[in-house]
Amino acid sequence: MILLETIAEPVAATGMFTWAWTMIAVPAIVAGLLLLAGKLSDAWGHLVATAAVFWSFAIAVCLFAEQLLAPATERAVAAPAYTWFSVGEWTFQVGLLVDQLSILFAMLITGVGGLIHVYSIGYMSHDPRRRRFFAYLNLFIAAMLLLVLADNYLILFVGWEGVGLASYLLISFWQHKPSAAAAGTKAFVMNRVGDLGMLMAISTMLAMFGSSKFTEVNAGAASTEPMWATLIGLFLLLGACGKSAQVPLQAWLLDAMEGPTPVSALIHAATMVTAGVYLVVRSHALFEAAPTAQMAVIIVATVTLLAGAWIGTSQDDIKKVLAGSTMSQIGYMMLAAGIGPAGYAFAIFHLLTHGFFKANMFLGAGSVMHGMNDDVDMRHYGALSKVMKVTFLTFAMGYLAIIGFPFFSGYFSKDHIIEAAFADNTFIGVCALIGAGITAFYMTRLMLMTFFGEKRWQPGVHPHESPKVMTIPLIILAILSVGAGIVLNFWIQEWLAPAVGNHPHELSLVPTPVGWMTMAVVALGVVAAWLVFGRSSIPVTAPATNNPITLAGRNVLFGDQVNDFLFVSPTTALATGIDTTDARGIDRMVDGGAQAFGGLSTQMRRLQTGYARSYALTMVFGALVVGAVLILTQLG
Amino acid sequence: MTFPWLTFLGLLPLVGGVLLFLPMGRGAARTLGLVFSGVTLAVAIAVTALHVGGADLAVQVPWIRAFGAWWALDVDGMGLAMVLMTAVLTPIVLLAEWEPPAMRWSAQAFFALVLILEGLSLFVFMANDVLLFYLFFEATLIPTYFLIVGFGGVRRSYAAVKFLLFSLAGGLIMLASVVGVYVVGAAQGVPSYLVSDLAAVRFDGDLGRWLMLGFLIAFVVKAPMVPLHTWLPDAAEHSTPGTATLLVGVLDKIGTFGMIKLCLGLFPEASLWITPFMVWFAVISIIWGALGAIGSRNLMRLVAYTSVSHFGFMVLGIYAFTTASMTGSIFYMLNHGFSTAAMFLVVGFMAKRTGSYDIAAYGGVQKVAPVLAGVLLVSGLATLSLPGLAPFVSEFMVIAGTWTRYPVVTAVSIIGVVLAAVYILRMYQRTMTGPVTDETAARFTGRDLTGIEKAVMVPIIGVLLVLGFYPQPAVQLVEPTAKATLAYVGTTDPAPVVKGAK
Repeated sequence: MILLETIAEPVAATGMFTWAWTMIAVPAIVAGLLLLAGKLSDAWGHLVATAAVFWSFAIAVCLFAEQLLAPATERAVAAPAYTWFSVGEWTFQVGLLVDQLSILFAMLITGVGGLIHVYSIGYMSHDPRRRRFFAYLNLFIAAMLLLVLADNYLILFVGWEGVGLASYLLISFWQHKPSAAAAGTKAFVMNRVGDLGMLMAISTMLAMFGSSKFTEVNAGAASTEPMWATLIGLFLLLGACGKSAQVPLQAWLLDAMEGPTPVSALIHAATMVTAGVYLVVRSHALFEAAPTAQMAVIIVATVTLLAGAWIGTSQDDIKKVLAGSTMSQIGYMMLAAGIGPAGYAFAIFHLLTHGFFKANMFLGAGSVMHGMNDDVDMRHYGALSKVMKVTFLTFAMGYLAIIGFPFFSGYFSKDHIIEAAFADNTFIGVCALIGAGITAFYMTRLMLMTFFGEKRWQPGVHPHESPKVMTIPLIILAILSVGAGIVLNFWIQEWLAPAVGNHPHELSLVPTPVGWMTMAVVALGVVAAWLVFGRSSIPVTAPATNNPITLAGRNVLFGDQVNDFLFVSPTTALATGIDTTDARGIDRMVDGGAQAFGGLSTQMRRLQTGYARSYALTMVFGALVVGAVLILTQLG
Repeated sequence: MTFPWLTFLGLLPLVGGVLLFLPMGRGAARTLGLVFSGVTLAVAIAVTALHVGGADLAVQVPWIRAFGAWWALDVDGMGLAMVLMTAVLTPIVLLAEWEPPAMRWSAQAFFALVLILEGLSLFVFMANDVLLFYLFFEATLIPTYFLIVGFGGVRRSYAAVKFLLFSLAGGLIMLASVVGVYVVGAAQGVPSYLVSDLAAVRFDGDLGRWLMLGFLIAFVVKAPMVPLHTWLPDAAEHSTPGTATLLVGVLDKIGTFGMIKLCLGLFPEASLWITPFMVWFAVISIIWGALGAIGSRNLMRLVAYTSVSHFGFMVLGIYAFTTASMTGSIFYMLNHGFSTAAMFLVVGFMAKRTGSYDIAAYGGVQKVAPVLAGVLLVSGLATLSLPGLAPFVSEFMVIAGTWTRYPVVTAVSIIGVVLAAVYILRMYQRTMTGPVTDETAARFTGRDLTGIEKAVMVPIIGVLLVLGFYPQPAVQLVEPTAKATLAYVGTTDPAPVVKGAK
């Protein structure tokens, strides 16, 4: 095992790497084209958009291949494009950094993104605004690639805001529905709260290091005053919380399910919401200089992984269960990222496998909804395994992967995190373990309510399997859900070591004691879910309950109520108050002055007629006074 | 003697405006107006090219020798940015107001007044003599007053008088300082109004502070800062979108322009003395304006309040005294002209179809008029400073620059960034999304943006995008002004804290 303590300087881009910028430019230009061309491109817009993503994917794969062939110290490549702006001593380059970390992201984004584009061709085929949908998806791909490929924090932030915009546009895609429009606004505003953290972090970096480039910031991180290092860490964490739906900025993610399901799969599960994890791992040098900030990351992550799982147990909307699950799984990633060098590679590992199996399950949920006339209530499902075989089988692969069934992809990535958590702190380890048990419980509940049991279909619903254009992406993602873990397991630590400075350690396929414990807890969760939901029939409406745990879960842990009480109501009250103050308070005083002036002008009007002319006269008079005074001073 | 480019530039629209008072047909009047504003734009571009090429454009002719007043014009980066903004916005506004509201004065009068206002504003931005500046500063009130009173909404007289009273009050206070500056200068053996001459005069102690305050109060009224901002929402609400664009986009910039050119440029010591006060007042304006926008039920008022918030950022950047923050402020002055124009004009297009500026009068417009909705959204995103659009770059420079001196103040001020998302997206949500209302169906079906309306919006959004993706030339244009001002005031940027990081 090689331990690289110092991070190699990125080498200049040559050959294939000079094409890196087209990964971003092609989907961005296609997005603009489709939006501007209007109805002209209705017939072929979706095909061009899909091709654009595959172009980016092809470039990403080629770059990855070149990196594989290069020696470890020359894998990170800098590809500057142009000077965005420079002011004073600060220069901001639009530059890309293709290194071991960003290339994995680029492939995930474009690969899963490409599959979701294909799937959407079928899923959105009856939507009159399909072209617009694909334009937004391409916009998202471009912004997300900019986010992960940027070589400095400010350009990262441009991508960061770009994905926020795409997310807003896609959540409120069906904006004739007031709920969708409101959900989009909510997501954007809550993300903006996180953006405050980003702005403050970047500002602090500039004040500390005079630059926002990763290389400069990393170089200076160790010699930063502890207070400022901690503050930068906390600011970045605030940003990460917004984007990655971590407590306390989690409330937007469940509402974001108002968007079309491919959007939930791509943006609100596989890619965008993991940006916070990327940010923390990318900023590892800063966090290592700030143990307090690392501790804060761990606390936020642990709370979120339990809160998300809790929400997952009580929702009846299939997408919201998956959304709760996404929160929870990102919590695991953040936890690994917060643990430090022992966890970085596992955070990214879990991020990749989660990207596959969660996209798989979201698209599977979309396929189910497609067959159920867009009904999302699992209480109206049941027995779908017989009529939707491909969907069921692919979904089952995702299910086994997320609960960590041995040798499926989640088994490797999640167990490593739980183990790292135990090594860090027993209490955190126990929390992570409990989270795994609850995950098994709610996912089993979802499987049982959707695919097993008796039919609870609403009248007029005739479930059917989805067309091939939708099932083929499902099959590919299912294969990845099964196999990605074992392929990446022995490779990813060493690959990422130069970029994230983690400490690779030996892994074996034989479970450790923590591994055995995890399996036992997961089995417990599965059995518990079967006991509750597998043996007896499911009521078609959610039974009334006084159980505070269920009530809290159904109400998404009262996140909206808390936000309303703490922020929304006071802001509204203040805004109304200011309206009143301006109109009644300040203006009343000024109007008093105006009346005084008005009195004066009445005097004027005796000499002149009309308002305007009297004021004009005032001015002429004023000018004369100036002249007179000036002449007088001159004489004196 | 070389050709007096700057005098020519300012006179062109004035001549056009005066010509438009001659009797002529409506079509001829509009064409004439557009031609004059177009030629002015061409000359402004030529002037920019000359300046960038290094030519000395200064005009300096003795005017009233008795008290050292000069017909002195010159441009630096900031002045040129303002000149260009004014020259670009004027033809756009004329095009947007091709059909002024019925039952008001004629289109010919509107075009004439706008051109006169353009000429006077150009002279304000080019004046290099304090008395000249003052005279043009006051003169802009006349066409503005008539633009509000001749073409505005129901309560236009009230709004126009309120605007005039605030401005005149500020102007009178400034007049006292204008006189005082001369007296002090003459006492020190510099009997001149030239800005360059006065820069050598020392305005020390209490007297300097009082003189500075005289200018500052007028500029604070102009670049409306809380609590002297209340005239703006009324003036915007009761004037036409084109007038509001010129009022907020161009005229209010004289406030921040004057702070840099005259307050900092003549009274460095007094300006540093007032700094703590101004910084906090800027923050109050940012938050107050944003909250006012959230509370607004009228679209024009909403846009006006967003400007109060944005002027807060500009003032904050000026009084933070760093290269980045002040360059950001000047660049913000330019960008804000375009983002505000975009908002006012789109809102105007909406009202043209419904006759109402009330947010409650709209709903579900996106479905029937997608181009209009898209343009409103892009304008809104520029207003909330989304990266990729020009205002972000300037707002970021202000925030990051101010942070190096006042992290706590900056942290409070950027709450305005969150509130910006709230006021824009809530407005968009209420007007454009949701089910199509009957009213919307009746008013907007088949009436998406027209060709002229698109021609109005394309250049504005184009500028916002170009300056968003490639701001470097504009930043380099205005940075020398900030650097020169800071050098004159005698402050230096805080160095990076961590040594050897760079």
